Amino acid sequence: MTADTTTANTAPESVAQRISTLRRLARNPQAVITASTLMVIVVAGLLASVISSHGPSHASLDAINAGIGTDGYPLGADKDGRDILALLLHSINTSVVTALIGTGLALAVGVPAGLIGGYFGSRVRAATEWLFNLIMTFPGLLLLIVLMPVTKGDFRATMALFGVLLAPNVFRIVRNQVLGVKNELYVDAARVSGLPDRRILARHVLFAVRGPVVIASAFLAGTSISVQAGLAFLGVGNSEVPSFGAMIHSGFANLYVAPSQFAIPSLLLGIITASLVLFGNALRDTLEGSPRKPQPIVTPTPRAATGTSERAEGLLVVEDLAISYESPDGKPNEVVRGSGFTVQAGETLGLVGESGSGKTQTAFAVLGVLPPAARVTRGSVRLDGRELLGLPDREMRKIRGRTIAYVPQEPMSNLDPSLTVGAQLATSIRAVEPMPRAEARQRVLPLLGQVGIPDPERVAGSYPHQISGGMAQRVLIAGAVAGRPHVLIADEPTTALDVTVQAEILDLLHDLRKRLNMAVVLVTHNFGMVADFCDRVAVMRQGEVVETGTTTETFDAPRHEYTRMLLDSILDDTTTRSDAPPRADAPPLVDGPQHTDAPIGGKRTS
Amino acid sequence: MTGTLLDIDGLEVTFPGRGLRCRPHQVLHGVSLDVAAGETLGLVGESGSGKTTIGRAVLGLVKPSGGRITFADVDITHAAGARRRALARDIQVVFQDPYSSLNPSLTIGDILGEPLVVQGVGRKEANARITALLDQVGLPVNSAARLPREFSGGQRQRVAIARALAPRPKLVVCDEPVSALDLSTQRRVLELLVDIQRDTQVAYLFISHDLSVIRHISHRVAVLYRGDLVETGEAAKVTATPDHPYTRRLLLAAPVADPAEQQRRREERWRFAERDADRSAA
Repeated sequence: MTADTTTANTAPESVAQRISTLRRLARNPQAVITASTLMVIVVAGLLASVISSHGPSHASLDAINAGIGTDGYPLGADKDGRDILALLLHSINTSVVTALIGTGLALAVGVPAGLIGGYFGSRVRAATEWLFNLIMTFPGLLLLIVLMPVTKGDFRATMALFGVLLAPNVFRIVRNQVLGVKNELYVDAARVSGLPDRRILARHVLFAVRGPVVIASAFLAGTSISVQAGLAFLGVGNSEVPSFGAMIHSGFANLYVAPSQFAIPSLLLGIITASLVLFGNALRDTLEGSPRKPQPIVTPTPRAATGTSERAEGLLVVEDLAISYESPDGKPNEVVRGSGFTVQAGETLGLVGESGSGKTQTAFAVLGVLPPAARVTRGSVRLDGRELLGLPDREMRKIRGRTIAYVPQEPMSNLDPSLTVGAQLATSIRAVEPMPRAEARQRVLPLLGQVGIPDPERVAGSYPHQISGGMAQRVLIAGAVAGRPHVLIADEPTTALDVTVQAEILDLLHDLRKRLNMAVVLVTHNFGMVADFCDRVAVMRQGEVVETGTTTETFDAPRHEYTRMLLDSILDDTTTRSDAPPRADAPPLVDGPQHTDAPIGGKRTS
Repeated sequence: MTGTLLDIDGLEVTFPGRGLRCRPHQVLHGVSLDVAAGETLGLVGESGSGKTTIGRAVLGLVKPSGGRITFADVDITHAAGARRRALARDIQVVFQDPYSSLNPSLTIGDILGEPLVVQGVGRKEANARITALLDQVGLPVNSAARLPREFSGGQRQRVAIARALAPRPKLVVCDEPVSALDLSTQRRVLELLVDIQRDTQVAYLFISHDLSVIRHISHRVAVLYRGDLVETGEAAKVTATPDHPYTRRLLLAAPVADPAEQQRRREERWRFAERDADRSAA
């Protein structure tokens, strides 16, 4: 239990992680600039009557078309003699109300409908979808103009209507999110816990959809403001209400006399909507994460580059390999630190370790297919004496498939669902050895036969979804051995498969390895597979190889404590549970911790 | 049979086919099994055998198309709404994936408190119970204020076990609870489950594809193959000297961590395969 509780000591770090969304937002310059711009504008609007001495509809004949800087009219006055500054500030308030009503109604209608439509059965979903599709077909702006007699020109009523028209956007976002979340196991667990549907929706589902909804709100607010301005510019609705649209309209008539009357409100409107859109983008980047810049793999410096005398010999030699990733806080995080092993021609090596031990990363480094964020910081990988680290991608591509090949863990996700199996194999054959398409296609069938597929012609013509997982893995193995590689790296090749299929795939690898005299590196966490398949073992823990040896030696007399612990953890074959179930009529014991240190089972039956 | 807690009789489950022309697909063809109070019934089978579907039917997460599920002499086959919610007190679940079975945005305390609050337990009492539960599954008491992502897979599975135990259930459906865990963690979680069963006399319907896991926790074992039970019996018998050829195949397919023994097994398996081939050729 000790190893299990080690991570519990990292509490302070995790607390910092929890508030990191806000902090990350504060670190994003785009978010900071747009948010503070909006904040200044909104506050100025709220202080309108303090900042400006005139009311928004106060018109003075003396001030008609007053220029910028006129006494009492810092931004001048319009053609009716109204203070432009006062109009601007009150227009901000109109815009804020507009944004609140439009976005608020869109959310109020769209979010509950999306939750209901996504969570409940197909009939409810179909009904809500139909309704919102219908709303979407309405020509929005036209409808708002036509319904002016109903809304009596009040911009608030108009915006409420517009909010309903925006609701389908919210509905779709929420519905799609809910469809993804509702099959999560924690929602099932909540159901089993006896939570009623509305509580599950409120506690588990709504929480998961909040991010996209927040992002969408910023865009909806921008849309509401520009639509309201557009309507006011067209002169639809009550012209008494101060608004950017009305100001631009009035300035437009005076464009040649006093261009600033047109330019100032346009500029402010532009700043507001642009800020909202840019803030929405910044929110999206922060909440959903933008793609990180790929980093080039640093050319490693082998520790003993020239010291040929102490170099290990073998077909594949990995020496002192270290791989690190940049953690979110910018510090390098070394996932592999000094892993190393050698494989002779025709030999099988088991690279074993638990999750996070770095065994797959090591395999990827050998293949030259580490993800872009990874950096090889030191070490050496030599194939037949040739250094592979730092080779250009073009060179590496020649080696992959021909000298060194790979069998992945998930057969299905490594096949293209839109191409037949035969076509994919033909492509990989031609990648290894350029030849006419027809010839490659002819080579596919014997290749499939070689990996024990009983009906090669049918399988070659099938799409990946038409074949089983075991069959798909055979196809991938066929592709891997097509170029007669010297080394095959199999990364947990049977973990995704059923036990009985697992055994067949191992048999196949056994057979191929003998026939083609391949060396195989089997990356696995399963000691049974190592015992079945490997000549030698390398045990990895936390990025390091802690023990190497022949399989029999390692299993009989493990030298490293960690290996011993792993071997002891194996649920062996002969121990069965020995304690009988309690008699049904016996009173239950008081529950609570009563640590019985007795191991499970204990009695050996053979 | 006296002491029978869960009785499944002729359970059938059919999933509607996807698309217009697809016919409905029957995944369980009349499965009957029972679990006594305080007992572990291991349900073993490969993917597509329907083992998870049995568990989900007991939990009310899929609707059976035939048969009966009786819990404590009450028919719960089609229990829904308030009746199903009332069953939460007695039937609980531990899922396979400790990552997606805990809501990432709730603290451990909230996750554990949820089933209690639903049962009408007061906040203060619930907190005391949460502390006891954390202790029972071997997690530090200050875990309650933390989020699931701060814990490793094994620790998360402990949280999931604590959540299942919260209402003091009589039956926990364990759906591959250790398959996603590392070897050493796997063993500790299995030991924890056995300890808890000894202390609380909860019954487990323990679903797994791994015979060695099943062997370590089960009193009795049921083997499922393509929606049918092929063998049921005492764990020691079924996992050592099975009667059914499928169970035998399953047993020989899992490699053992002993090079010499594994070599013997491989040969035995090949003999079986050859015999099957001869038989089908004849």
